[in-house]
Amino acid sequence: MTSYLAPIARRLGSRRLWLPFIGPALLIAAWSLLVESGTISPILLPGPVSTLKHLWSVTVSGAVAGDFLMTLSRTVQAFLIATVIGVPLGVALGASESLYRSVEFVIDFFRSTPSSALIPLFMLIFGISDFNKIAISAFAAVLVILFNSAYGVMNAKRTRVMAATVMGATRFQVFRDVLLWESLPQTFVGLRSGISLALVIVVVAEMFIGSDSGLGQRIINAQQIMNVREMYGSILAAGVLGYVLNLLFLILDKKVVHWSGRA
Amino acid sequence: MTRPPQASGGRTWPAITIRGLCKSFGPAPLYRDFDLDIPRNKIIAVFGPNGCGKSTLINMIAGLMPYERGEILFDGKTLKDTKVGYVFQNYRDALFPWKRAIDNIRYPLALAGMARAEIAARVDRIVAAFDVRFDLARYPYELSGGQQQLVSIMRALVPEPEVLFLDEPFSALDYEMTLFIREKLQQVFMETGTTMVLVSHDLEEAVFLADIVLLLTKRPTQIAEIIDFTVPRPRTVATLSTPAFVATKAHTLDVFQREVRK
Ligand SMILES: Nc1ncnc2c1ncn2[C@@H]1O[C@H](COP(=O)(O)OP(=O)(O)O)[C@@H](O)[C@H]1O
Ligand SMILES: [Mg+2]
Repeated sequence: MTSYLAPIARRLGSRRLWLPFIGPALLIAAWSLLVESGTISPILLPGPVSTLKHLWSVTVSGAVAGDFLMTLSRTVQAFLIATVIGVPLGVALGASESLYRSVEFVIDFFRSTPSSALIPLFMLIFGISDFNKIAISAFAAVLVILFNSAYGVMNAKRTRVMAATVMGATRFQVFRDVLLWESLPQTFVGLRSGISLALVIVVVAEMFIGSDSGLGQRIINAQQIMNVREMYGSILAAGVLGYVLNLLFLILDKKVVHWSGRA
Repeated sequence: MTRPPQASGGRTWPAITIRGLCKSFGPAPLYRDFDLDIPRNKIIAVFGPNGCGKSTLINMIAGLMPYERGEILFDGKTLKDTKVGYVFQNYRDALFPWKRAIDNIRYPLALAGMARAEIAARVDRIVAAFDVRFDLARYPYELSGGQQQLVSIMRALVPEPEVLFLDEPFSALDYEMTLFIREKLQQVFMETGTTMVLVSHDLEEAVFLADIVLLLTKRPTQIAEIIDFTVPRPRTVATLSTPAFVATKAHTLDVFQREVRK
């Protein structure tokens, strides 16, 4: 009875598989159209084929690898610093509601301040060192991570805390066996936003805090000598980096916080 | 309102004595100078109007909610020296979704610092007693509601508590599952004699399971009546149509309605 449905299901299935490619295809088509039709001068926007070709050649030649890895390394360092400080502090703040309420305004204020606005301040403190880029990026990420971890703990299910209490758990055991776990789904939201934000700030810092490496520096240098293929290629490389980091965290999230949204 | 212990079922010592309990939310008192004796080795069903403080009462006894004044003792001991179990109405929020069902059941034993072998033996015993037919290696969210509540009950019972509290444990379950778990609870009770305090909003269920039905009034909450139901166990579906059951249920309903209309 299902035999005549099978081909349809198969077709539907394969159509599903193609769906994610429609967007990029449309984008590249529109891009080509704009360039081919002469709407935008190739001096400002080279065609997709020539841009991707260039990106490919600098990728295989290893020219972009150094900058890519530099940006990745700074982002990861900033993220790790932010995590090591943000998660424990956030969980601790979340465990004591009055403590959190008393610092809530400061956290919310700096979380709402564009971190890039603080770059000059950080330059005063750290100079134009390499660590400056990491520090400002970590500062931006730590707030969002801290905030999410704290909320994760505060929104822990009361019933679970009660269940552990009635089974004889001490305050510390409730913290270790319930609150920490309860905060994990929200902590992962924070970590994912945190690494994206860290990348954003690292790239900005590489552009404007005297730098001789990194994708940000590569982009701004290419722009200054009007090497647009190089510029778009580097932008795409930064995009790939951001996308992969995000994807990595989505996968990690599914694995680690398997109960998220299901319980 | 105090009842001497021997009035409710004969030669038993009270497992729990409550004296002069006071509790209020806001200005209006919920309990004022409330006294109650809960005998050991019995199932006590707590029944009363919605919002009269049934959950609050067992939460105070189980140490989950503070009270302003009064004393609650377990055979003269405080809660700190007493092992209690608690089954929540909302099993979904009570189980730990990051632990497999089996690890949820092991948890209170691990918490008590029990040795691995002893934990395994105890868990095996309770799993056998409850005749579990589903895979306990699954996570709670992979189980049906009834299976989750069953896990929740096993987790509460596995440390062999002196008193087991159950707050409307069946109200989110379908009838078939309710019947099954009721029967298992009764069986565990017959084997272990664990004192159980069961809050129920279902009169039939309350009378069916109980040795004693504790009927509460509207706020400020007092004891309307304590009704004994002594039909021997095991009680079955046939019990539901016995004259004793029908009469007790009718009487309880009578008192309840009189209280609600007051
Ligand atoms: N945390 C609380 N804060 C304020 N009022 C509460 C709280 N918990 C319960 N109450 C009130 O106390 C009364 C008894 O609640 P509860 O014990 O849950 O009733 P029951 O379980 O009998 O339905 C209700 O009127 C309820 O509104
Ligand atoms: Mg209730």
